[in-house]
Amino acid sequence: MFYLQMLAQYIGQYLKTRLQYRSDLVVELVSDLLFQAVNLIFIIVVFGHTDFLNGWSRDEIIFIYGFFLVPFALFSSFFNIWDFNERYIVKGELDRILTRPIHSLFQIVLERMELESLFGAITGFVVMAYAGARLGLSLNWYDPILFLVFVIGGALVYAGVFILIACISFWADARTSIMPMMYNIGNYGRYPVDIYNTVIRFVLTWILPFAFVGVYPAAFFLRREEWYVYSFLTPVIGVVFFAISVYVWNEGVKRYRGAGN
Amino acid sequence: MDKYIEMIRIRFLMMLAYRTNYYTGILIYSINIGAYYFLWKAIYGGKETIEGLSVLQMTTYVAVAWMARAFYFNNIDREMAMEIKEGKVAVELIRPYNYLTMKTMQGLGEGIFRLFFFSVPGMLIVSFVFPIRFSADIYTWALFFVSIVLSFLINTQINLLTGMTTFFLFNNTGLIRAKRVIIDLFSGLLLPLSFFPQGIQEVLKFLPFQGISYVPSMIFTNGFSFSETLQAIMLQGLWVLILIVPIQALWILAKKMLVIQGG
Repeated sequence: MFYLQMLAQYIGQYLKTRLQYRSDLVVELVSDLLFQAVNLIFIIVVFGHTDFLNGWSRDEIIFIYGFFLVPFALFSSFFNIWDFNERYIVKGELDRILTRPIHSLFQIVLERMELESLFGAITGFVVMAYAGARLGLSLNWYDPILFLVFVIGGALVYAGVFILIACISFWADARTSIMPMMYNIGNYGRYPVDIYNTVIRFVLTWILPFAFVGVYPAAFFLRREEWYVYSFLTPVIGVVFFAISVYVWNEGVKRYRGAGN
Repeated sequence: MDKYIEMIRIRFLMMLAYRTNYYTGILIYSINIGAYYFLWKAIYGGKETIEGLSVLQMTTYVAVAWMARAFYFNNIDREMAMEIKEGKVAVELIRPYNYLTMKTMQGLGEGIFRLFFFSVPGMLIVSFVFPIRFSADIYTWALFFVSIVLSFLINTQINLLTGMTTFFLFNNTGLIRAKRVIIDLFSGLLLPLSFFPQGIQEVLKFLPFQGISYVPSMIFTNGFSFSETLQAIMLQGLWVLILIVPIQALWILAKKMLVIQGG
């Protein structure tokens, strides 16, 4: 309850600070939109040269991308901790975090919120609606519920992976260049994993399970029955990865000695 | 001149202190290229070539485009924004060097470091795993080298321009992000510009972005004929010269209306 109250408080403060620099907020929203458009343009341009990607049509790939945007928006609104190392470890900010009465990770999530990223979910819905209409997808009564479950699962997968990477800073206190690259690898989960060879497929499914943020759950709504098992694994993988990351985080915090300042 | 070379050296040494991270970076990079390779293979399907490029050339293109990016890429726009916001730029301005040149040199130091500790070993590893064809022709390598130096200059100039907008906008994180996204797409990093529909290609011809990634990558993959290569390099050089104008203009303006927000 206390945590929810804190969340509400921080959201209130956040909105105030963001609305202070309104023009920058607008530019940021536009740049987000641009970023989403770039990926869409990539798909469209590529399909200007081919009709099928290993048996998947253009609209199906676009639908997967639309789905991906929703958990990704959720993730980037709350787990925007890519600069954790520089901001909290190198500058010693974590000392301050540890004196706060709520869980350290939750405190950082509160501080690093970027609620404007949630607009990405709207883009996602628009893209899915467009692709879904062209594919003539039908909607069952249970689809919205499963959609919600899959989206949360996917966001947890992303959060888990990125928290784990942030945790590296507890053991090796040097700058890491992995984070930006990770965003790139995340993109590959948006394409049908059967185009990759077994190694990359294995990595995308079990080690950096980004496929659970894109193609696996989306396959369910595309009625690709051969992938149903993986679709339903989405929430499981999400919870498992998130739980592991929180555990590693707690262990890491125990080891933290402060950078000295 | 000495002080600027010293700046390159210092930045290089600074990066060297953090070199271990780059080894993990190389691994991630390899996975990245690998995924791209299969994605493009699937896109090609049974086709021999698309827009004159074979799958082999395409993979080489993607690999070299990302490697070249390690050299020309830098965050000096973000650094400048930071220094301006925190007021540090005031100190920088009274120092006996040109602030913009100094920033360029820092970017160069970073680029040279990444070239030796990331691009070269990364490219070697990737070439063992995936079919990538290196040109045996010494001229191709020489031209490629000239071209990526020009890429660095164009990209850095655009970064300087974006960085300087902080003087006027005070907070420009959104703009910096937008710039990065536009460059990734329109420089030909994600896919060769020749893949775009004709109309868009016509527009891109008149923009400086092609000189950042498309030109060096095409030279490396032998996607250009010799005369095309020379033309493209000349165009890159032309853009480097053209971009000096807005940079100087903005710089003079910025110095006049500099506001230090605390510090």
